[in-house]
Amino acid sequence: MTKSDSIIKISKLNKWYGKFHALKDIDLSVGRTEKIVICGPSGSGKSTLIRCINRLEVHQEGSIQVDGIELTDDIKQITEIRSDVGMVFQHFNLFPHLTVLENCSLAPIWVRKKSKVEAEEMAMQLLEKVRIPDQADKYPGQLSGGQQQRVAIARALCMQPRIMLFDEPTSALDPEMIKEVLETMIELADSGMTMIVVTHEMGFANRVADRIIFMDEGQIVEQNDPESFFKNPESDRTKLFLSQILDH
Amino acid sequence: MTMNTVKFEKLPDRLPPVNTVGWVAWIKQNLFGSVSNTIITLLFFYLIFLYIPPFLEWAVFNANISGNDRTICDENRSGACWTFVKVRIEQLLFGLYFAKNPDQMWRPIMAFIIFAGLLTPLAIDRTPYKKWLLLILLVAYPIFFISTVGGGVFGIPKSDASEWGGLLLTFALAFVGIVLALPLGILLALGRRSKMPVVRSFSIIYIEFWRGTPLITILFMASVMLPLFFPSGVEFDKVVRAMIGITLFQSAYTAEAVRGGLQAIDKGQTEASMALGMGYWQQTIFIILPQALRISIPSIVNTFIALFKDTSLVSIIGLLDLLKIAQNSSRSLDWNGYDIEAYMFAGLVFWIFCFGMSIYSQKLERKLDTDRNVE
Repeated sequence: MTKSDSIIKISKLNKWYGKFHALKDIDLSVGRTEKIVICGPSGSGKSTLIRCINRLEVHQEGSIQVDGIELTDDIKQITEIRSDVGMVFQHFNLFPHLTVLENCSLAPIWVRKKSKVEAEEMAMQLLEKVRIPDQADKYPGQLSGGQQQRVAIARALCMQPRIMLFDEPTSALDPEMIKEVLETMIELADSGMTMIVVTHEMGFANRVADRIIFMDEGQIVEQNDPESFFKNPESDRTKLFLSQILDH
Repeated sequence: MTMNTVKFEKLPDRLPPVNTVGWVAWIKQNLFGSVSNTIITLLFFYLIFLYIPPFLEWAVFNANISGNDRTICDENRSGACWTFVKVRIEQLLFGLYFAKNPDQMWRPIMAFIIFAGLLTPLAIDRTPYKKWLLLILLVAYPIFFISTVGGGVFGIPKSDASEWGGLLLTFALAFVGIVLALPLGILLALGRRSKMPVVRSFSIIYIEFWRGTPLITILFMASVMLPLFFPSGVEFDKVVRAMIGITLFQSAYTAEAVRGGLQAIDKGQTEASMALGMGYWQQTIFIILPQALRISIPSIVNTFIALFKDTSLVSIIGLLDLLKIAQNSSRSLDWNGYDIEAYMFAGLVFWIFCFGMSIYSQKLERKLDTDRNVE
C-alpha cells in the first residue's frame, strides 16, 4: 500500500514510558495526501505513535523522518517539523485567555513571522472554512465543544501545515456535535491534506481513509484499505475489536 | 410504522415566583432561614449595638480636633484626640526631614499625587495605552521619585534617605519590594519548574533559604552584613539596604505564589503551543504566564499586602516608618499618652492601602476571567 512518494517514514520505532514498552518496532510510511485512520483499544499506543511524529513524546529507538527531516534532539529541526505538522487534540486545548482570532493568528505571527494583518486575514479565511467566522472575537469558553474543536482545526491550519494529526478529535464531544467536526474533517480530506487520524468513528474511517491501521499492545496488528479491513479482517484480534465496537 | 409524529412545542419562559426574589425574600432566606441562623443574626446585631455606638462616640462625636496642643484633649478625655494627628500629620506622612523643612514638602506631595495620577487610570477599564502607562509607572516613576524626593539633582536640595520616614518610607519600601519582587519571583518560579538541574536547584535553594528566614533576620543581615560583601569604598544607604533585603525576601514568596498558578495550567496548553512550533519563551510569555498569573492574582496580592504591612519591621534597624513614627510621636513629651490615636491612624492608613490593593486585584480577576466575559 505504501506510496513511493512518502512524506512520513517511521522505521523500527520503539518507545518506553519508564519500563513500560509502549511502542514496539513500528514501521510505517505515509504517502503524500494519504489519509490514515488509526484505531485500537485504549492503551494500544495509537496516541503515543502520532505524538511521536511531532515529538510531543520522545522515542528511544528507531527513526522518524518527516518530509525528509530526521527527528533528533536538535531543537531547530523539531521546531521546523512542528510548524509543518498540525495537531488537533481530544480536549481542543484552545488558549482560553485569547480570542478565537488570536488563537489562530498567534503562532503564524510569532513562529512564521507573518505580519499581524496577514495572519488575521488568513485566520478569518480559515474560520470561514470551518464555518465560524462570526465567533472570531469571542473567547473559547463562550463556544460549544463542536465550535471549539473547529477553531482548533482552523488554528492548526493557519500554520499551513503539510500534515495534520488528529488525536481522538471527537471523543470529548456531545453526540450532536460530532457530526459538524467530522464534516469539517471530511472537507479537509477532500482538499488533499495528508492526515493521520486516531479515532473510533468507523463511518468516518470508511468514508475517508485510504488505509486503516489497527493497533494493540504497542504494535501494528493489521493495516488495510477500509473495504478489506471491515469485510475481511485478517487477525483474530482485529475481528474481536471490530465486533466490540460495531455491534452495539 | 405508521405513527403520527407529534409536533414539539416549546413552553414559554416564565419569571420565578415573586416570593423567591427581592430583598424581603433575601432577608428571610439568608438572615432568618433557620433557628440557628436567626440566633446568629440576632447575636450579631446585638454585638454591633453593643460596640459601635460607644466607639463612634469616642472617635467622632466627642472627638477633639481643634487647637494646636494637648490642652483641649486633656480637658476632654471622653473623646479621641485627633488634634495630635493633625499637628503631627507632616511627620506621620513624610518623615522628619520634610517636617523640618516645610518649604520642601511639595516634593513628597507631588510624588504621591503623580503616583495616584498614574494608578487611577490603570484601574479604569477604558483607559487607552494602558501598557505605556504601566511602563511609565514601573520605570519612569521610580526615577522621578528618587530625583524629587531624594533630591540632589536639578538644584533640589538633597534629602538623606535615612531621614525619610512615615508613610513616605513605608510606600517607598513597599513599592520597590513589589515592583522588583514580581519579575524576580516569576523567573524563580519558572526556574523551579525548569528541566535544567542547575537552574532548578538554584531556584529551590534560593526560595527555600529566603522563605525560611524571618524578615527581621534578613533586615539585620542587610543592615549589618551587606556592607561586608562589597569593597570598602561602596556604601549603601540604610534604606537601600532595607530595600535589597525586602526584595530578596519578597521574591521568594512571590515565586511560590506564581508557581501555584503555573501548576494549575493544564498540560494541554503547553502541548498545543509546542505543536504549533512555539519555543519555550514564546509558550511561557504568550500562553502559560498570562493564565498562570491570572490564577495566582489572589495569592500574589496576598503576599504584597503582607509585605506592605511587614515593612514596619524596618524600625528595628532604626528606620522611622509610618508605624514607628506614630509610636514615637505618641511617646514624645508633647503628646505622651495618646498612643491609641497614633496606632489607630497608622492602622487606618495601612488599611486604606491594603484594602485598595485587594479591591484592585478583585477587579483585575473579574476582568481577566474570560469564561464569564460574555457581552
